[in-house]
Formats: sequence, C-alpha cells, structure tokens
Amino acid sequence: MRVALFITCVNDTLFPGTGQAVVKLLRRLGCEVDFPRAQTCCGQMHVNTGYPGEGTRLARRFVDVFAGYDAVVAPSGSCAAMVREQYPRLARAASAASLAGPPGGAASGRERASGRERASGWETAFEREVAEVAPKVHDLSEFLVDVLGVTDVGAYFPHRVTYHPTCHSLRGLHLGDRPARLLREVRGLELVPLSGAEECCGFGGTFAVKNPAVSAAMCADKVHNVMATGAEVLCAADNSCLMHIGGTLGRQRSGVRVVHLAEILAATEEDTPFPAGEATGGRAGGAR
Amino acid sequence: MSGTFLGMPAFPGNAAAAVHDSQLRFNLRKATRTIRGKRAAVVGELPDWEELRAAGKAIKDHTLRNLDRHLLRLEEAVTRAGGRVHWAADAAEANRIVAELVEATGETEVVKVKSMATQEIGLNEALAERGITAYETDLAELIVQLGDDLPSHILVPAIHRNRSEIREIFREKMGQWGRAAPGDLTDDPRALAEAARLHLRERFLSSKVAISGANFMIAETGTLVVLESEGNGRMCLTLPETLISVVGIEKLLPRWQDLEVFLQLLPRSSTGERMNPYTSTWTGAAEGQEFHLVLLDNGRTDVLADEVGRQALRCIRCSACLNVCPVYERVGGHAYGSVYPGPIGAILTPQLHGMTRATPASHGRGISELDASLPYASSLCGACFEACPVAIDIPEVLVHLRAKAPHPRSERLAMRAAGWVFDRPVRLARTQRLGGRLRRFVPGRLPGPGAAWTDTRDVPDIPAESFRDWWDRTEGGTR
Repeated sequence: MRVALFITCVNDTLFPGTGQAVVKLLRRLGCEVDFPRAQTCCGQMHVNTGYPGEGTRLARRFVDVFAGYDAVVAPSGSCAAMVREQYPRLARAASAASLAGPPGGAASGRERASGRERASGWETAFEREVAEVAPKVHDLSEFLVDVLGVTDVGAYFPHRVTYHPTCHSLRGLHLGDRPARLLREVRGLELVPLSGAEECCGFGGTFAVKNPAVSAAMCADKVHNVMATGAEVLCAADNSCLMHIGGTLGRQRSGVRVVHLAEILAATEEDTPFPAGEATGGRAGGAR
Repeated sequence: MSGTFLGMPAFPGNAAAAVHDSQLRFNLRKATRTIRGKRAAVVGELPDWEELRAAGKAIKDHTLRNLDRHLLRLEEAVTRAGGRVHWAADAAEANRIVAELVEATGETEVVKVKSMATQEIGLNEALAERGITAYETDLAELIVQLGDDLPSHILVPAIHRNRSEIREIFREKMGQWGRAAPGDLTDDPRALAEAARLHLRERFLSSKVAISGANFMIAETGTLVVLESEGNGRMCLTLPETLISVVGIEKLLPRWQDLEVFLQLLPRSSTGERMNPYTSTWTGAAEGQEFHLVLLDNGRTDVLADEVGRQALRCIRCSACLNVCPVYERVGGHAYGSVYPGPIGAILTPQLHGMTRATPASHGRGISELDASLPYASSLCGACFEACPVAIDIPEVLVHLRAKAPHPRSERLAMRAAGWVFDRPVRLARTQRLGGRLRRFVPGRLPGPGAAWTDTRDVPDIPAESFRDWWDRTEGGTR
C-alpha cells in the first residue's frame, strides 16, 4: 500500500523524531511510505484563529499535494480532524463566495477568470477534490486499526504509561479506544488510567497565548491528574498538546516524560532503553 | 441589547482575575461537576437520546426557517384566547411596552418569574428608572438580587456562591426588601430555603402584576410553557391579576406535539432530572386575568440571516454546555460579561449585539472589545457540542465568528508572515534551518507576547534538523 506521510508543520519543525518513528513503524508493517515534499501546513492555526483566507489557500495546497494517494497518515489527531471536518466547510464557503461573484468573494479574480472555480451544478472543483482527499486522511492509530487491521505492531516499551486522549482525536475523529488497544499490545508497557482523561488540557492552539491564565489553570489540573497516576510517561496522539502539558511538567521538574504514541509504537527491543529516572519534561530521545 | 455588564474589559483580563479567586474556583468546580455527573447519568439511560437530539434540532430548524409564518399563527392563537400580543424590535421598545403596561395597572411593584429574556434587555433596571420595583422570586435570582450581584449561570445564577455566603446575604439584605431573615439563620440548606419561602410568600400574596419569560411558545394553540423547579414561578403565573410575558421570537414550536421532544431533552440536559418538577402551561388570559405577550427580536433576525451562526437560535437555555466547559469551570460566568455566559454565550452575545466592525459610517461604533474577545474564550475542545441537546456545533460557530471579529494588528502581521512561510516549502525549510541554528539562544523565559507561553511552561527544544531535512539527507531513512 502506498501511503503518504502528512507530517504536519509542528512535527516537521519541532518534533522530527515523531515523523521518523511513523516512517519506521509503517515500513515495519509493510507499507511503502512517501513524503510529498510540497506539503507545508494544513491551515488549522489560520482558520481557528480567524483567518480563513490564508487557511483556504493552505487547504488548496493540501488537496493538490495529497491527491492520488491510497491513504494519507498524520501523527496528529488535530490536523487529521482539521482536514476531515473543516475542509468541506472551507470548500463550501469558497464555492459560495465564487458563485456570489466579486463583492465579498474569497476566490481571486484570476482564479475565476481561469475557470478553475467555475461551478458544475453547485459543486466546484475544490469541493470535489476535498470530497475525494479528505476521507483518505487518517490519524496514525485510525490507520493502524481500521485500514491495516493491526493492534499488535510488534513494539516493546518497558515503562509505566498513561494516555491523554486529545480533544480533536476524541471528539473530532472519535478515535475511541483505538490508541488504548494499540498500547495494550506493546510488550513491557503498563498502561495506567488517567482520571479526568477526557477533559481538555488547555492548549487549544492560539488559545494558549490568547487566554494564558485559563490555559495554565486547565493544564494545572491535567498535570495534577497525570502525576497522580505515578506514570513515567504521558502519551498522546498530538505533539502540540504534549508540548503544552510537557512544558508545564518540565517547568515543575516533575520527572514525567511526554512521548508521542508513534514513538512508543515504533520502539523495539533494539532501541536504546529509556534512561531510568532522568528528570526531564523535555522531549524523549530514547524511544527510537 | 442592553443586558451587557457595561464597561467590562475583554475576556482574557476578566478570566485571569477570576482564575485567581480560589473560593470561586472551588464553588464552580463542585457545582459543575455535580450537575455534569447527574446529566451524564440520566442522558446515558435513554437508548434513543441521539434520535431525540436529532428531532429537537430538526424541529427547531424547521421553525426557524418558517419563523414568520409560525409567529403570525401564534399571534392569532394568543389573541383568540384573550391575550394581547406586542412586537418589540429591540430592548428599548420591549422595556417601554412593559413599563407602560405596568403603569396602566397603577401598580409600582411587580413579581418576576426567572427569565433570561428580561435579563437580556435589562428590564429590572428600566422599570426602576420609571419608579417600578421588580422582585425576583426564583431562589437563585433572589440571592443575586439581594446581593446586588450579577447572575453567572443561565440555570443556576448564583452558582458562584456557597451556602455560607448565601446566609450572609440573607441576614444582611432580606430585611431591606421585605420580611427579614430570622436572626438565628444557619447555613443549613433547609433553613435558607425556609427563610426565602417566608420572605417570598408575603410578596406573592400582595402583588397584582407578574412578569415572566417562557421556555416554549406553541404556535398552533397559542400556549406558553414555563419549566421551573421551585413552584415560585407558578405562584407568579397564577396569583396576580396581570401577567406580562417577554419571550424571544425563537422560543417558538409549531405544534403542541413537539413539546414531547423538548420536555425530555430540557430537564435531562439542564438539572439532570428525568422529568421537570413544575411545568406550567397557559393559553391566553385566564378568567379575571389580563395577559400580554411581548415578542422580542433584539438582534435575533440578524442572527437568523447568518447561515452558520443561526444555529445558536436553536438554544433552549439548558446550560449543559456551561457545565461541561473547562473554560467556564475555571472562570465562572461573570468573565463573559453577559447574561449568557459559557460556550453558548460566547456565540450568542456577540451575534445578538452584531459582529459589525467599527466603520466611519457607524461613527466608530462597532463591536465592543469584550464581544470581540468572546469567540476566543474557548480551546475548541468540543465538549459543548457533544453535550448540546439540540446539537449546536458551538466550535463551528466560534471559528466562524473569529473570522468576523476584528484582529489586533500585530496578530494580523504574524498570521500573514506565517501564511507566507507556509505558502512555499522552500520558505518553510529555510525558516526551520534558521530556527535550528538559533536553537542554543532561545531563552527559558521569552519576552513580550512569548511570555504568555513561558510564564508557566518550558519552551520545547528546537531540533538541529527538521523532519524534511532529515528525509532529504537520509533519503527517507534508507541511507
């Protein structure tokens, strides 16, 4: 199966190890992994902060780049949810604007003149492309469980781990217990339940800096619950949320490490074992 | 809409002050978690909850699409049953109509059933200006009124208070408004309720005019419906000689039969009860009673014109979204600066006020700083949408309103710069390499806007090499 990796801009820039883990894991499971170099960002930050113009431009880039693949895998529930949930809305809005003509229209004059935005019925080319590409975009655990049909991915990770289901993977993609099913099959791993797991950690993209006091108060409760588990590692399917929780854990010198789900699933017996008792909230280096 | 807490600064400032109020956070945490648990239990026991939710949404959407027709049917039915219908375009007109109706009775005191619409238009304050005193009779509204306070929750307006604070308010203030609280009042809930009962009973028996809102209006029959838990509303609805109901035009349901859906959805979502304790319905004027219905627009038809934002008009004011909201739980209702707090308030308040930017034509008047900040008062976690009994996609509307809100100049520039970088992969790669070279120089505490991150969190380590550079260098890890 030819799979495209949608790395996401946050992972590409700040957490390359997560991307490397996805590549290693998918190859181990027999997938041919391609990394389309023209990809940049899904546009979520722009759209969710109130800049749908820029967001729509990035969405057009995304569907151009990822058209033609059997599946697109992203190590981020949030970015996958953006494509699946919000792209159809952006495409509808762009079509409505182009049909409405110049005043207030989002499509540029050049695009209209080129005929690219000409509607066939009520649907434009952009809407059709989104309808084709969006359903093929999967979060990693969804792809593993639903598309490849595996839960035992041959991983080894001898640590006490707790899992935080990020909001967009939980309520956007409805990942349910897929991540937990994958984690339970990891040899050596002890999965401990997190109380208040379904509550938001307070990241929320630009919310973290637009409402820093509330964001920090929400994270304080999350961190309190994480510490109460006695876990060595906090795992999630989104590095942006982990950056926020991990940044707080680090500031508090908690000793709890944050590790992306992909890095746990990619780890095997051959990997350098995790340095025991190393107090850091920074990024995990030993998981690959 | 004049029901805004005037002069309040934007949400982030209010919220920052509120999260440091440990008593407030304790009260809210305890109260929201209790209601949340009750709601989850009674919703979970219904196998057809999702079907009920879909039905509620469909009935409301149908009504809103045909609102003009159904409103005229309602007017006809109410008039036929002996009531009088008044149409109010905005808060000022509604307040004037109500004040004139009260003045025509010669009374200077009115009792009130708990009502969001009259809070929204600032009716009590408008009546006070004309020498009419309005007495709140809902227990929680009474606490708020006696405490010279503002409501902080739709269903539980005094949720920010605990019982010892309530005892103090009753002891100090009850006597100024009517029958005083007993001198030996304790903070036992039964003692507090008894003090309120005695205080209010005198009021009910002496009042000639009552003012209410309504949870639902039935177009087919002209019936109004009020759901409450105390029976105080029923006292107001039945004892006085004149009843005036102020109701938002979106509270309509086409048929009597439609109530079946909402009488299941509302109690389970709001108080976490299977059945509502006191459900009062009335059609027109009872014998010997005068009945007036004031239909309130106050921005609603403008909201209806917005294809994405209009779903906010489906709201049945159950407060489920407040009780599950992690932001509301930490900051309380006052930070939202409106009678509609929480997630629904964040999409309803700015829309009712109008999301219009300040323009020369509007003489610089436009959306207030507070209203512009409300669509951002959410981490977009989606818990509200999941809990909403009429499936209002609150995150979708929040994002939609963020696009309409005015943005700070520095943010516009930053977003444009980010858009420029993401527009070409080569620009992204160069930016990443620059970050990689500067990684050693990133301080633990960032200055300026970066401090919003580093005040409580460490900065992530910037890697020496981005993923795309690693891919290129190693040919996808094969070399």
